[in-house]
Amino acid sequence: MELALTFATAVLYSIAFYLLMSKHIIRMLLGVVILSNAVNLSIFINGRLTTIAPPLIPSDLSVPVDPISNPLPQALVLTAIVIAFSFFAFLLVLSYRAYQDLNTDDTDEMRVAEPKEEGLPPLGY
Amino acid sequence: MDELTGFVTEFGYVALGLPFVAAVLAPLLTRVLKSHSTWILALAPLAAFLIFLQGVFEVADGTVHRWGFSWIPSFDIAFSFRLDGLSLVFALLVTGIGTLIILYAGGYMKGHRDQGSFYTFMLLFMGAMLGLVIADDLITMFIFWELTSITSFLLIGFDHTREKARRGAIQALVITGGGGLILLAGVIAIREFTGLNSLTAILESGDALRDSPYYAMILILILGGAFTKSAQMPFHVWLPNAMEAPTPVSAYLHSATMVKAGVYLLLRMHPALGDTTLWMTILPAFGAVTLVVGALLAVRASDIKITLAYTTVASLGLLVMLIGVSSETAIVGATLYLIAHAFFKAGLFMVAGSVDHGAHTREIDRLGGLGRHMPLTFLAAILCALSMGGVTPFIGFLAKEEIYHALEYPTAYHIAILVAAIAGNALMFAAAFIVGLQPFVGPKPAGIEHPHEGGLRIWFGPLVLGVMSCVAALYYGLYHELFSSPMASAAYGEPVAIDIGWIPHLNLAFALSCLTALLGIGLYIVSPRLRSGIASSLDAIGWGPDRGFDQLMRGLVRFSFKVTGIVQSGRLDYYMTTTVVAVVAAMLGSMWWAGAFPTVPAYPTNIHFHEYIVLGLLLVGLGAVVVAKNRLTAIVSLGIQGFATALIFLLQGAPDLAYTQFMVETLSVVILALVMTKLKLSPSDHRPLREKLPDATLAVLVGLAFGLFLLTVVQRPFDDTLSQFFERYSYAIAHGKNIVNVILVDFRSIDTMGEIGVVMVTGLAILALIRIRIAGSGRREVKSLEQS
Repeated sequence: MELALTFATAVLYSIAFYLLMSKHIIRMLLGVVILSNAVNLSIFINGRLTTIAPPLIPSDLSVPVDPISNPLPQALVLTAIVIAFSFFAFLLVLSYRAYQDLNTDDTDEMRVAEPKEEGLPPLGY
Repeated sequence: MDELTGFVTEFGYVALGLPFVAAVLAPLLTRVLKSHSTWILALAPLAAFLIFLQGVFEVADGTVHRWGFSWIPSFDIAFSFRLDGLSLVFALLVTGIGTLIILYAGGYMKGHRDQGSFYTFMLLFMGAMLGLVIADDLITMFIFWELTSITSFLLIGFDHTREKARRGAIQALVITGGGGLILLAGVIAIREFTGLNSLTAILESGDALRDSPYYAMILILILGGAFTKSAQMPFHVWLPNAMEAPTPVSAYLHSATMVKAGVYLLLRMHPALGDTTLWMTILPAFGAVTLVVGALLAVRASDIKITLAYTTVASLGLLVMLIGVSSETAIVGATLYLIAHAFFKAGLFMVAGSVDHGAHTREIDRLGGLGRHMPLTFLAAILCALSMGGVTPFIGFLAKEEIYHALEYPTAYHIAILVAAIAGNALMFAAAFIVGLQPFVGPKPAGIEHPHEGGLRIWFGPLVLGVMSCVAALYYGLYHELFSSPMASAAYGEPVAIDIGWIPHLNLAFALSCLTALLGIGLYIVSPRLRSGIASSLDAIGWGPDRGFDQLMRGLVRFSFKVTGIVQSGRLDYYMTTTVVAVVAAMLGSMWWAGAFPTVPAYPTNIHFHEYIVLGLLLVGLGAVVVAKNRLTAIVSLGIQGFATALIFLLQGAPDLAYTQFMVETLSVVILALVMTKLKLSPSDHRPLREKLPDATLAVLVGLAFGLFLLTVVQRPFDDTLSQFFERYSYAIAHGKNIVNVILVDFRSIDTMGEIGVVMVTGLAILALIRIRIAGSGRREVKSLEQS
């Protein structure tokens, strides 16, 4: 399963970066969501997929006896999912406001910070 | 630093600190006392001067004072100083002339709005210059060297409302500051290749630098610093343009201090770097050209301050040429000339300022007959001019005699240099009297009304310098013993005795002096015609390094504009593509470099049917996101791949992740659907295939890179120390049975709190973004999200 999941994660990365290279903010947003999934799965795979038993300690014991899945990457990914969601929500609102203000979602036309027709800086002293 | 001895050492820090302290106090004092504050401020350099004067006798006996402390031990850098004959004379010039200049500035700048900061800049410069000439550690010296560049920038551009002053300041900073960086490279080269880190070490190293295989490189780098600071052709342009500064600045920086820094460095390095073929070729060549061209340009100029500026250029050329000759008499000649020049040039600059002050013009054609109205200034001017012309009994005469002594050898090398020296000196003789005599004699032109003598502080300085030029020559025995001889000894590297006196002897050198004077008188008489002649031939040439500087600066601006345009195109997709290329290169490159590619894995056999279904769902969702024609399809597809991910977590023993993912994915889709329907945007890609193809290729490469990377990691042995720890202590320490939860809220609770903080801040930011209303007209009025 590790191998198959690795392959799927690679595809996730491909699609995410393909969307991120687009000129449309909306497509980039979709790319961000997919990228966060790709990263989460990467962390998850790095912790190895050995068993499908969840990392719980049986109620009558103080340590698990049967093999359980690795809890550490799960904790990390749990944090990552929430952060990624905040990130996504913020970007979404930012693009929404940018669209309202600039009336476009084409990054080529979003040139407020780096205007196109700047002209030469002054040449005097 | 174990050689802490003597009076000067104890007060060394005090002497160096005094100008800086005075600089800090200057604005406050000036606010209270107006220009009279200079009476108090001048006490700082005066006290420093007296401290250094105390050391004269010991240093004349050959004592070298050193003091300082270790500054950055790991790099072997010290904050250390050295006082020998050479640095002592320089220190005395800096502080002594500095005292007179501060007083002069008080008279000259009286009533100026910003005179307080002017005095601050002057004193800061003085401290920097003082530090430079007494520094021992190379890095300490470099720091003071650059400080002089920076403070001189402030001084030259003091009158910053005029473009010419700004240009002069920038030019000086670019040329001398750039030269300083070359010097830094030289200093680092010396430290790296020879391990010598201070002037003392260099002077004691004998032939170490000369024998180094990097000698040529070190020499050229050091010369790069010296030639820019000391205004050698073609780097001389900044010096005449620096005349935009108020006259006290010119009198100080361009006579005894700033421009002499390069000469100081050459004299300093002479025992270690000099006396080689390279040294004896480069220096005289640059020096001679600078001398002759500078002197010609001096006669060409019609503004007496510019005339003086170019004679300074010429004098610096003469000094560099002499140091390049490298013989004992040449070094002595250079030393004598350096001191004489500091005296008469500072004096003449101050005279030029007084003339400007009294007659309100500096144009030589409109000046005359001022002698009767400004007798003291006239006296000072004529004394300085006589010293500059090399007339006995003035120290300028001693210098000139010694210079001709050094060159009276019948070799082609010496004759060529001698011809340059005579030509330059004759022209400078003429220039001396154009400035020192012409404005004061003859009929008074109509344009000058009410010429008047300035106050005590205005005529005092030049008069002292003029008189001292004569007194030092008359008492030449004492002068040589205490000042010129120790200085020349330090610069030559061996004890040197000087016996040249003011009484001329009938020999070849005296004959050459007379010849120079006669030529000079002739040139003085024809100077108006000479001026127009040189001016018209320069016009015919039409290009000079000064114009070249403008072209260079404009070219630089255009070039950086172009480069910025390429690097920062302002197009997000370019930035994104660059980032992706960098990521691919970094990942594949580092795996290739480390040889860490994964082995080819066997085809997996243990995958269940339902797992295939989930993976298939994921890929279908992804594909649909990319090719979706309308936004609802795209959102739903995004949801599919998200839920597929959640299912993967669920199937692989991570129910907590799966639940969170389900929730987040649902929320994302809902929010996205809400916003997208408002935006009325098509999520599909309308670009032609040839534009999509490069992106797709890159995307495949990124996927490949990450896939290979993951495979490599998974094929490595797994270190489960941490996981074991959490499994073992989850219940024992934290009393929780859901290990993931325990990690989040107990073992890594601070981290989780940070996460909550991030979510909260994001929420606030989103709220702020939604509530912001766009101000200003001309833009579409936007309804905010919450209203709609």
